Amino acid sequence: MTPTDRKYTKEHEWLLIEGNTVKIGITDHAQEALGEIVFVELPGVGDEFEIGDSFATVESVKAASSIYTAAKGKVIEINEKLDAEPEAINQDAYANYLVVMEFSEIDESQLMSAAEYDEFVKSEE
Amino acid sequence: MDSLKKTPLYDTHVKLGGKMVDFGGWALPVQYSSILEEHKAVRERAGLFDVSHMGEIFVEGKDAFSFLQHMVTNDLTSMTENRCRYSPMCYENGGTVDDILVYKFSDTRYLLVVNASNTDKDYEWLVKNSAGFDVKLENQSASWAQLALQGPKFMEVLNKLNVEGEIPAKNYTFNPEIKLNSVPCLVSRTGYTGEDGVEIYCKAEYGERIHEMLMEAGKDIGMLPCGLGARDTLRFEASMPLYGHEITADITPKEAGLGFAIKLNKEEFIGKEALMEEPKRVRIGLKLIDKGIAREHYDVYVGDKLVGFTTSGGIAPTVGGNLAMALVCTCVKDEQIFEIEVRNKRLKAEKVALPFYKR
Repeated sequence: MTPTDRKYTKEHEWLLIEGNTVKIGITDHAQEALGEIVFVELPGVGDEFEIGDSFATVESVKAASSIYTAAKGKVIEINEKLDAEPEAINQDAYANYLVVMEFSEIDESQLMSAAEYDEFVKSEE
Repeated sequence: MDSLKKTPLYDTHVKLGGKMVDFGGWALPVQYSSILEEHKAVRERAGLFDVSHMGEIFVEGKDAFSFLQHMVTNDLTSMTENRCRYSPMCYENGGTVDDILVYKFSDTRYLLVVNASNTDKDYEWLVKNSAGFDVKLENQSASWAQLALQGPKFMEVLNKLNVEGEIPAKNYTFNPEIKLNSVPCLVSRTGYTGEDGVEIYCKAEYGERIHEMLMEAGKDIGMLPCGLGARDTLRFEASMPLYGHEITADITPKEAGLGFAIKLNKEEFIGKEALMEEPKRVRIGLKLIDKGIAREHYDVYVGDKLVGFTTSGGIAPTVGGNLAMALVCTCVKDEQIFEIEVRNKRLKAEKVALPFYKR
Protein backbone atom coordinates (compact mmCIF):
# COMPACT_ATOMS: atom_id res chain seq x y z
CA MET A 1 0.00 0.00 0.00
CA THR A 2 1.26 3.45 -0.90
CA PRO A 3 1.03 5.60 2.26
CA THR A 4 -1.55 8.37 2.00
CA ASP A 5 0.15 10.68 4.51
CA ARG A 6 2.66 11.99 1.95
CA LYS A 7 3.16 13.32 -1.58
CA TYR A 8 4.94 11.79 -4.56
CA THR A 9 7.01 12.93 -7.55
CA LYS A 10 7.27 11.62 -11.08
CA GLU A 11 10.88 10.72 -10.27
CA HIS A 12 9.57 8.27 -7.64
CA GLU A 13 10.46 10.18 -4.49
CA TRP A 14 8.13 10.67 -1.55
CA LEU A 15 7.84 13.83 0.59
CA LEU A 16 6.39 13.84 4.06
CA ILE A 17 5.68 17.43 5.02
CA GLU A 18 5.53 18.35 8.71
CA GLY A 19 5.34 22.08 9.38
CA ASN A 20 8.34 23.68 7.72
CA THR A 21 10.29 20.46 7.43
CA VAL A 22 10.05 17.70 4.85
CA LYS A 23 11.27 14.14 4.98
CA ILE A 24 12.34 12.77 1.60
CA GLY A 25 12.74 9.18 0.51
CA ILE A 26 12.26 6.95 -2.53
CA THR A 27 9.13 4.95 -3.24
CA ASP A 28 8.64 1.23 -3.04
CA HIS A 29 8.31 1.16 -6.81
CA ALA A 30 11.69 2.90 -7.08
CA GLN A 31 13.48 0.44 -4.78
CA GLU A 32 11.88 -2.46 -6.63
CA ALA A 33 13.06 -1.09 -9.97
CA LEU A 34 16.58 -0.41 -8.66
CA GLY A 35 17.07 -3.82 -7.12
CA GLU A 36 19.43 -4.51 -4.25
CA ILE A 37 20.69 -1.22 -2.86
CA VAL A 38 24.34 -1.39 -1.83
CA PHE A 39 25.31 2.23 -1.20
CA VAL A 40 23.58 5.53 -0.47
CA GLU A 41 25.45 8.79 -0.87
CA LEU A 42 23.81 11.49 1.22
CA PRO A 43 24.48 15.23 1.38
CA GLY A 44 25.94 16.91 4.43
CA VAL A 45 23.84 18.51 7.12
CA GLY A 46 23.62 22.20 6.25
CA ASP A 47 23.80 21.67 2.48
CA GLU A 48 21.27 23.76 0.57
CA PHE A 49 19.34 22.72 -2.54
CA GLU A 50 17.04 24.26 -5.12
CA ILE A 51 13.93 22.55 -6.47
CA GLY A 52 15.01 19.93 -9.00
CA ASP A 53 18.56 19.54 -7.66
CA SER A 54 20.03 16.10 -7.23
CA PHE A 55 20.80 15.81 -3.51
CA ALA A 56 21.64 12.12 -3.09
CA THR A 57 22.62 9.05 -5.05
CA VAL A 58 21.26 5.58 -4.47
CA GLU A 59 23.43 2.80 -5.86
CA SER A 60 22.13 -0.66 -6.56
CA VAL A 61 24.21 -3.62 -7.68
CA LYS A 62 23.51 -2.57 -11.26
CA ALA A 63 23.53 1.22 -11.35
CA ALA A 64 23.70 4.61 -9.67
CA SER A 65 20.53 6.69 -9.55
CA SER A 66 20.27 10.37 -8.72
CA ILE A 67 17.60 11.45 -6.27
CA TYR A 68 16.03 14.88 -6.77
CA THR A 69 14.39 17.27 -4.38
CA ALA A 70 11.00 18.83 -5.03
CA ALA A 71 11.65 21.23 -2.13
CA LYS A 72 14.00 24.18 -1.83
CA GLY A 73 15.76 24.29 1.49
CA LYS A 74 18.51 23.15 3.82
CA VAL A 75 19.34 19.65 5.01
CA ILE A 76 18.90 19.45 8.79
CA GLU A 77 19.18 15.69 9.23
CA ILE A 78 20.41 12.70 7.27
CA ASN A 79 19.49 9.05 7.82
CA GLU A 80 22.83 7.80 9.08
CA LYS A 81 21.56 4.26 9.43
CA LEU A 82 21.74 3.93 5.63
CA ASP A 83 25.51 4.13 5.79
CA ALA A 84 25.72 0.66 7.32
CA GLU A 85 22.38 -0.68 6.10
CA PRO A 86 21.57 0.68 2.65
CA GLU A 87 19.40 -2.39 2.07
CA ALA A 88 16.94 -1.06 4.65
CA ILE A 89 15.38 0.88 1.76
CA ASN A 90 14.66 -2.40 -0.03
CA GLN A 91 13.04 -3.75 3.10
CA ASP A 92 10.83 -0.71 3.72
CA ALA A 93 11.16 2.26 1.42
CA TYR A 94 8.58 4.33 3.28
CA ALA A 95 10.07 3.87 6.74
CA ASN A 96 13.59 4.70 5.64
CA TYR A 97 13.92 8.33 4.60
CA LEU A 98 17.08 9.80 3.11
CA VAL A 99 17.09 13.31 4.57
CA VAL A 100 15.02 15.85 6.45
CA MET A 101 15.05 19.34 5.00
CA GLU A 102 13.89 22.66 6.37
CA PHE A 103 12.19 24.08 3.32
CA SER A 104 11.36 27.55 2.09
CA GLU A 105 9.45 26.45 -0.98
CA ILE A 106 7.74 23.36 -2.39
CA ASP A 107 6.18 23.22 -5.83
CA GLU A 108 3.00 21.40 -4.84
CA SER A 109 1.59 21.55 -8.37
CA GLN A 110 4.20 18.95 -9.35
CA LEU A 111 3.33 16.54 -6.54
CA MET A 112 0.89 13.65 -6.59
CA SER A 113 -1.31 12.03 -3.98
CA ALA A 114 -0.85 8.32 -3.24
CA ALA A 115 -3.74 7.40 -5.55
CA GLU A 116 -2.44 9.63 -8.32
CA TYR A 117 1.04 8.16 -7.92
CA ASP A 118 -0.28 4.59 -8.16
CA GLU A 119 -2.05 5.55 -11.39
CA PHE A 120 1.15 7.16 -12.65
CA VAL A 121 3.19 4.02 -11.95
CA LYS A 122 0.61 1.92 -13.78
CA SER A 123 0.69 4.23 -16.78
CA GLU A 124 4.48 3.97 -16.95
CA GLU A 125 4.48 0.20 -17.20
CA MET B 1 8.78 -4.31 -24.13
CA ASP B 2 6.74 -5.36 -27.15
CA SER B 3 9.23 -3.91 -29.60
CA LEU B 4 12.10 -5.93 -28.10
CA LYS B 5 13.49 -9.12 -29.52
CA LYS B 6 12.65 -12.24 -27.55
CA THR B 7 14.79 -15.30 -27.03
CA PRO B 8 13.15 -18.75 -27.35
CA LEU B 9 13.00 -18.75 -23.53
CA TYR B 10 10.96 -15.59 -23.08
CA ASP B 11 7.92 -17.39 -21.70
CA THR B 12 10.12 -19.36 -19.30
CA HIS B 13 11.55 -16.13 -17.87
CA VAL B 14 8.12 -14.64 -17.35
CA LYS B 15 6.89 -17.85 -15.73
CA LEU B 16 9.87 -17.91 -13.35
CA GLY B 17 9.29 -14.30 -12.31
CA GLY B 18 12.24 -12.81 -14.19
CA LYS B 19 12.48 -9.03 -14.03
CA MET B 20 12.55 -8.29 -17.74
CA VAL B 21 14.63 -5.41 -19.04
CA ASP B 22 15.77 -4.04 -22.37
CA PHE B 23 19.26 -5.44 -22.90
CA GLY B 24 20.59 -4.08 -26.17
CA GLY B 25 17.24 -4.58 -27.83
CA TRP B 26 16.53 -7.95 -26.22
CA ALA B 27 13.94 -8.62 -23.54
CA LEU B 28 15.94 -10.54 -20.95
CA PRO B 29 15.75 -11.03 -17.19
CA VAL B 30 18.17 -8.88 -15.18
CA GLN B 31 17.35 -11.11 -12.21
CA TYR B 32 14.76 -13.58 -10.93
CA SER B 33 15.22 -13.49 -7.17
CA SER B 34 18.22 -11.29 -6.39
CA ILE B 35 21.45 -10.54 -8.23
CA LEU B 36 23.49 -11.23 -5.09
CA GLU B 37 21.73 -14.54 -4.37
CA GLU B 38 22.14 -15.65 -7.97
CA HIS B 39 25.81 -14.64 -7.93
CA LYS B 40 26.34 -16.67 -4.80
CA ALA B 41 24.53 -19.69 -6.23
CA VAL B 42 26.95 -19.78 -9.16
CA ARG B 43 30.04 -19.43 -6.96
CA GLU B 44 28.91 -22.07 -4.48
CA ARG B 45 26.48 -24.38 -6.29
CA ALA B 46 25.19 -23.76 -9.81
CA GLY B 47 23.18 -21.30 -11.84
CA LEU B 48 21.41 -21.47 -15.18
CA PHE B 49 21.48 -18.57 -17.64
CA ASP B 50 19.66 -17.99 -20.91
CA VAL B 51 22.24 -16.60 -23.29
CA SER B 52 20.30 -17.27 -26.46
CA HIS B 53 20.79 -13.68 -27.52
CA MET B 54 24.42 -14.52 -28.37
CA GLY B 55 25.05 -14.83 -32.11
CA GLU B 56 25.94 -18.04 -33.99
CA ILE B 57 27.70 -17.62 -37.31
CA PHE B 58 28.73 -20.74 -39.24
CA VAL B 59 31.74 -20.68 -41.54
CA GLU B 60 31.92 -23.48 -44.10
CA GLY B 61 34.05 -24.16 -47.12
CA LYS B 62 37.41 -25.22 -48.44
CA ASP B 63 39.10 -22.05 -47.14
CA ALA B 64 37.35 -21.87 -43.75
CA PHE B 65 40.59 -22.33 -41.82
CA SER B 66 42.69 -19.82 -43.77
CA PHE B 67 39.82 -17.34 -43.78
CA LEU B 68 39.50 -17.47 -39.99
CA GLN B 69 43.26 -17.25 -39.55
CA HIS B 70 43.01 -14.00 -41.52
CA MET B 71 40.11 -12.71 -39.41
CA VAL B 72 41.08 -13.45 -35.80
CA THR B 73 44.14 -12.56 -33.72
CA ASN B 74 44.56 -15.96 -32.08
CA ASP B 75 46.17 -18.88 -33.89
CA LEU B 76 43.83 -21.72 -34.83
CA THR B 77 46.57 -23.96 -36.27
CA SER B 78 46.85 -26.27 -33.27
CA MET B 79 43.10 -26.67 -32.88
CA THR B 80 41.86 -30.19 -33.31
CA GLU B 81 38.24 -31.08 -33.96
CA ASN B 82 35.74 -30.40 -31.17
CA ARG B 83 37.85 -27.69 -29.61
CA CYS B 84 36.93 -24.07 -28.84
CA ARG B 85 39.26 -21.12 -28.88
CA TYR B 86 38.74 -17.61 -27.58
CA SER B 87 39.90 -14.82 -29.85
CA PRO B 88 39.54 -11.13 -30.44
CA MET B 89 38.75 -10.00 -33.97
CA CYS B 90 40.26 -6.64 -34.93
CA TYR B 91 40.11 -3.79 -37.39
CA GLU B 92 43.21 -2.81 -39.34
CA ASN B 93 43.99 -0.17 -36.71
CA GLY B 94 43.93 -2.77 -33.94
CA GLY B 95 40.59 -1.64 -32.50
CA THR B 96 38.35 -4.53 -31.52
CA VAL B 97 35.46 -5.67 -33.73
CA ASP B 98 34.42 -8.25 -31.15
CA ASP B 99 35.73 -11.05 -28.97
CA ILE B 100 34.43 -14.42 -30.05
CA LEU B 101 34.57 -18.15 -29.42
CA VAL B 102 35.62 -20.28 -32.38
CA TYR B 103 34.28 -23.86 -32.43
CA LYS B 104 35.98 -26.26 -34.80
CA PHE B 105 33.99 -29.13 -36.29
CA SER B 106 36.52 -29.75 -39.08
CA ASP B 107 39.03 -27.86 -41.22
CA THR B 108 36.14 -26.84 -43.42
CA ARG B 109 33.46 -26.12 -40.83
CA TYR B 110 33.54 -23.77 -37.85
CA LEU B 111 31.04 -22.02 -35.62
CA LEU B 112 31.68 -18.51 -34.30
CA VAL B 113 29.82 -17.48 -31.17
CA VAL B 114 29.69 -13.72 -31.00
CA ASN B 115 28.31 -11.02 -28.73
CA ALA B 116 24.60 -10.40 -29.23
CA SER B 117 24.85 -6.71 -29.96
CA ASN B 118 27.66 -7.33 -32.44
CA THR B 119 26.08 -10.16 -34.42
CA ASP B 120 25.01 -8.16 -37.48
CA LYS B 121 28.16 -6.04 -37.46
CA ASP B 122 30.39 -9.13 -37.19
CA TYR B 123 28.52 -10.95 -39.92
CA GLU B 124 28.91 -7.99 -42.27
CA TRP B 125 32.58 -7.62 -41.33
CA LEU B 126 33.18 -11.29 -42.06
CA VAL B 127 31.33 -11.16 -45.37
CA LYS B 128 33.16 -8.01 -46.42
CA ASN B 129 36.53 -9.64 -45.79
CA SER B 130 35.68 -13.01 -47.33
CA ALA B 131 36.36 -11.95 -50.93
CA GLY B 132 38.83 -14.37 -52.47
CA PHE B 133 38.15 -17.10 -49.90
CA ASP B 134 36.07 -20.15 -50.73
CA VAL B 135 33.75 -19.90 -47.70
CA LYS B 136 30.06 -19.71 -47.03
CA LEU B 137 28.93 -17.62 -44.05
CA GLU B 138 25.62 -18.19 -42.40
CA ASN B 139 24.14 -16.23 -39.52
CA GLN B 140 22.00 -18.84 -37.77
CA SER B 141 21.52 -16.86 -34.54
CA ALA B 142 17.74 -16.93 -34.66
CA SER B 143 17.62 -20.73 -34.94
CA TRP B 144 19.61 -21.47 -31.79
CA ALA B 145 18.97 -21.36 -28.08
CA GLN B 146 21.98 -21.17 -25.76
CA LEU B 147 22.02 -21.91 -22.05
CA ALA B 148 24.94 -21.53 -19.67
CA LEU B 149 25.06 -23.92 -16.72
CA GLN B 150 27.77 -22.61 -14.41
CA GLY B 151 29.07 -23.38 -10.95
CA PRO B 152 31.03 -26.05 -9.08
CA LYS B 153 28.08 -28.47 -8.98
CA PHE B 154 27.19 -28.25 -12.67
CA MET B 155 28.20 -31.86 -13.32
CA GLU B 156 25.85 -33.18 -10.64
CA VAL B 157 23.04 -31.45 -12.49
CA LEU B 158 24.01 -32.83 -15.89
CA ASN B 159 24.49 -36.35 -14.58
CA LYS B 160 20.79 -36.50 -13.79
CA LEU B 161 20.08 -36.26 -17.49
CA ASN B 162 21.73 -39.55 -18.50
CA VAL B 163 24.87 -38.08 -20.01
CA GLU B 164 27.48 -39.53 -17.71
CA GLY B 165 30.81 -39.74 -19.50
CA GLU B 166 29.68 -37.69 -22.47
CA ILE B 167 30.33 -34.22 -21.10
CA PRO B 168 33.64 -32.86 -22.41
CA ALA B 169 36.26 -33.31 -19.72
CA LYS B 170 38.65 -30.58 -20.77
CA ASN B 171 38.10 -26.86 -20.74
CA TYR B 172 37.52 -25.40 -24.18
CA THR B 173 36.43 -28.66 -25.76
CA PHE B 174 32.95 -29.64 -26.86
CA ASN B 175 30.76 -32.56 -27.78
CA PRO B 176 28.56 -31.71 -30.77
CA GLU B 177 26.15 -34.59 -30.33
CA ILE B 178 24.91 -34.97 -26.81
CA LYS B 179 21.41 -36.01 -25.95
CA LEU B 180 20.07 -34.48 -22.77
CA ASN B 181 17.23 -36.90 -22.02
CA SER B 182 17.04 -37.52 -25.77
CA VAL B 183 17.04 -33.83 -26.76
CA PRO B 184 19.99 -33.23 -29.14
CA CYS B 185 22.42 -30.46 -28.32
CA LEU B 186 26.03 -29.33 -28.41
CA VAL B 187 27.76 -28.97 -25.05
CA SER B 188 31.02 -27.09 -24.56
CA ARG B 189 33.15 -26.76 -21.46
CA THR B 190 33.11 -22.97 -21.56
CA GLY B 191 31.61 -20.06 -19.67
CA TYR B 192 31.73 -16.45 -18.63
CA THR B 193 31.51 -16.53 -14.85
CA GLY B 194 34.93 -17.58 -13.58
CA GLU B 195 33.46 -20.93 -12.51
CA ASP B 196 33.59 -24.36 -14.06
CA GLY B 197 30.60 -25.19 -16.21
CA VAL B 198 29.20 -25.72 -19.66
CA GLU B 199 27.36 -23.89 -22.38
CA ILE B 200 24.61 -25.78 -24.14
CA TYR B 201 23.42 -25.05 -27.66
CA CYS B 202 20.24 -26.50 -29.08
CA LYS B 203 17.66 -25.76 -31.72
CA ALA B 204 15.47 -22.84 -30.63
CA GLU B 205 12.39 -25.03 -30.27
CA TYR B 206 14.13 -27.24 -27.66
CA GLY B 207 15.35 -24.35 -25.51
CA GLU B 208 12.47 -24.26 -23.05
CA ARG B 209 12.47 -28.02 -22.66
CA ILE B 210 16.16 -28.14 -21.83
CA HIS B 211 15.81 -25.26 -19.42
CA GLU B 212 12.98 -27.02 -17.66
CA MET B 213 14.88 -30.32 -17.48
CA LEU B 214 17.94 -28.62 -16.05
CA MET B 215 15.92 -26.65 -13.50
CA GLU B 216 14.33 -29.88 -12.33
CA ALA B 217 17.71 -31.65 -12.25
CA GLY B 218 19.26 -28.78 -10.29
CA LYS B 219 16.59 -28.61 -7.59
CA ASP B 220 18.40 -30.80 -5.06
CA ILE B 221 21.62 -28.85 -5.14
CA GLY B 222 19.91 -25.47 -4.92
CA MET B 223 20.63 -24.33 -8.45
CA LEU B 224 19.02 -20.99 -9.34
CA PRO B 225 17.94 -19.49 -12.63
CA CYS B 226 20.19 -16.48 -13.08
CA GLY B 227 19.78 -13.23 -14.93
CA LEU B 228 22.08 -10.81 -16.69
CA GLY B 229 22.77 -8.91 -13.47
CA ALA B 230 24.60 -11.84 -11.95
CA ARG B 231 26.21 -12.67 -15.29
CA ASP B 232 27.78 -9.21 -15.18
CA THR B 233 28.89 -9.28 -11.52
CA LEU B 234 30.37 -12.76 -12.05
CA ARG B 235 32.31 -11.89 -15.19
CA PHE B 236 33.38 -8.56 -13.66
CA GLU B 237 34.74 -10.24 -10.56
CA ALA B 238 36.55 -12.80 -12.74
CA SER B 239 37.83 -9.76 -14.70
CA MET B 240 36.69 -11.10 -18.04
CA PRO B 241 36.42 -8.40 -20.67
CA LEU B 242 33.00 -7.32 -21.88
CA TYR B 243 32.66 -5.86 -25.35
CA GLY B 244 31.69 -2.20 -25.18
CA HIS B 245 33.53 -1.86 -21.87
CA GLU B 246 37.04 -3.32 -21.65
CA ILE B 247 37.27 -3.71 -25.42
CA THR B 248 35.71 -1.49 -28.09
CA ALA B 249 36.48 -0.25 -31.59
CA ASP B 250 38.76 2.25 -29.82
CA ILE B 251 40.47 -0.17 -27.45
CA THR B 252 42.81 -2.85 -28.77
CA PRO B 253 42.83 -6.31 -27.19
CA LYS B 254 46.48 -5.73 -26.37
CA GLU B 255 45.61 -2.70 -24.25
CA ALA B 256 42.88 -4.76 -22.59
CA GLY B 257 45.45 -7.34 -21.50
CA LEU B 258 44.40 -10.04 -23.95
CA GLY B 259 47.90 -10.60 -25.32
CA PHE B 260 47.55 -14.34 -24.68
CA ALA B 261 45.04 -14.41 -27.56
CA ILE B 262 47.08 -12.33 -29.99
CA LYS B 263 49.60 -14.39 -31.91
CA LEU B 264 51.99 -11.99 -33.60
CA ASN B 265 54.11 -14.85 -34.94
CA LYS B 266 51.18 -15.80 -37.14
CA GLU B 267 51.96 -14.91 -40.76
CA GLU B 268 49.10 -12.52 -41.30
CA PHE B 269 45.80 -11.35 -39.81
CA ILE B 270 43.76 -8.17 -39.86
CA GLY B 271 45.21 -5.71 -37.37
CA LYS B 272 48.57 -7.44 -36.98
CA GLU B 273 50.69 -4.41 -37.87
CA ALA B 274 48.87 -2.13 -35.47
CA LEU B 275 49.11 -4.73 -32.71
CA MET B 276 52.88 -5.05 -33.12
CA GLU B 277 53.27 -1.58 -31.64
CA GLU B 278 53.73 -1.21 -27.90
CA PRO B 279 50.37 -0.24 -26.37
CA LYS B 280 50.05 3.20 -24.78
CA ARG B 281 47.38 2.11 -22.35
CA VAL B 282 46.97 -0.84 -20.03
CA ARG B 283 44.04 -2.42 -18.18
CA ILE B 284 44.42 -2.43 -14.41
CA GLY B 285 42.34 -3.38 -11.39
CA LEU B 286 41.45 -0.83 -8.73
CA LYS B 287 39.94 -1.18 -5.29
CA LEU B 288 38.31 1.83 -3.69
CA ILE B 289 39.78 2.91 -0.39
CA ASP B 290 37.34 5.79 0.07
CA LYS B 291 33.66 5.06 0.42
CA GLY B 292 31.78 4.93 -2.85
CA ILE B 293 31.22 2.95 -6.01
CA ALA B 294 32.95 3.56 -9.31
CA ARG B 295 30.99 2.71 -12.43
CA GLU B 296 32.19 2.69 -16.02
CA HIS B 297 33.55 5.80 -17.71
CA TYR B 298 34.68 7.63 -14.62
CA ASP B 299 37.93 9.57 -14.96
CA VAL B 300 41.02 8.15 -13.27
CA TYR B 301 43.80 10.36 -11.90
CA VAL B 302 47.25 10.07 -10.42
CA GLY B 303 47.65 13.25 -8.44
CA ASP B 304 46.33 16.02 -10.68
CA LYS B 305 46.98 14.15 -13.88
CA LEU B 306 44.15 12.54 -15.80
CA VAL B 307 45.54 9.11 -16.71
CA GLY B 308 42.56 7.14 -17.96
CA PHE B 309 39.03 5.97 -17.25
CA THR B 310 37.17 3.09 -15.68
CA THR B 311 35.73 0.47 -18.05
CA SER B 312 33.57 -1.45 -15.54
CA GLY B 313 32.98 -1.01 -11.85
CA GLY B 314 30.80 -2.02 -8.97
CA ILE B 315 30.63 -4.21 -5.94
CA ALA B 316 32.43 -7.53 -5.90
CA PRO B 317 30.02 -9.86 -4.10
CA THR B 318 32.42 -12.77 -3.50
CA VAL B 319 35.79 -11.11 -2.95
CA GLY B 320 34.26 -8.06 -1.29
CA GLY B 321 34.86 -4.37 -1.72
CA ASN B 322 34.10 -1.86 -4.42
CA LEU B 323 36.24 -2.56 -7.45
CA ALA B 324 36.82 -1.20 -10.91
CA MET B 325 38.74 -2.07 -14.02
CA ALA B 326 40.38 0.89 -15.70
CA LEU B 327 42.28 1.65 -18.87
CA VAL B 328 45.20 3.90 -17.95
CA CYS B 329 48.34 5.29 -19.53
CA THR B 330 51.22 2.79 -19.39
CA CYS B 331 53.22 5.70 -17.95
CA VAL B 332 51.49 5.11 -14.58
CA LYS B 333 51.54 1.31 -14.61
CA ASP B 334 53.83 1.20 -11.58
CA GLU B 335 51.72 3.56 -9.46
CA GLN B 336 49.87 2.04 -6.52
CA ILE B 337 47.47 4.83 -5.56
CA PHE B 338 44.96 6.29 -7.99
CA GLU B 339 41.94 8.55 -7.70
CA ILE B 340 38.62 7.96 -9.40
CA GLU B 341 36.31 10.90 -9.97
CA VAL B 342 32.85 9.96 -8.76
CA ARG B 343 30.29 12.76 -9.20
CA ASN B 344 32.87 15.55 -8.92
CA LYS B 345 34.59 13.96 -5.94
CA ARG B 346 37.95 12.25 -6.16
CA LEU B 347 37.91 8.92 -4.36
CA LYS B 348 41.12 7.17 -3.47
CA ALA B 349 41.72 3.70 -4.91
CA GLU B 350 44.61 1.26 -4.79
CA LYS B 351 45.80 -0.93 -7.60
CA VAL B 352 45.00 -4.63 -7.16
CA ALA B 353 45.91 -7.60 -9.31
CA LEU B 354 43.64 -8.92 -12.04
CA PRO B 355 41.70 -11.14 -12.01
CA PHE B 356 39.93 -10.01 -8.85
CA TYR B 357 38.59 -13.53 -8.44
CA LYS B 358 40.04 -16.86 -9.40
CA ARG B 359 38.52 -20.19 -8.50
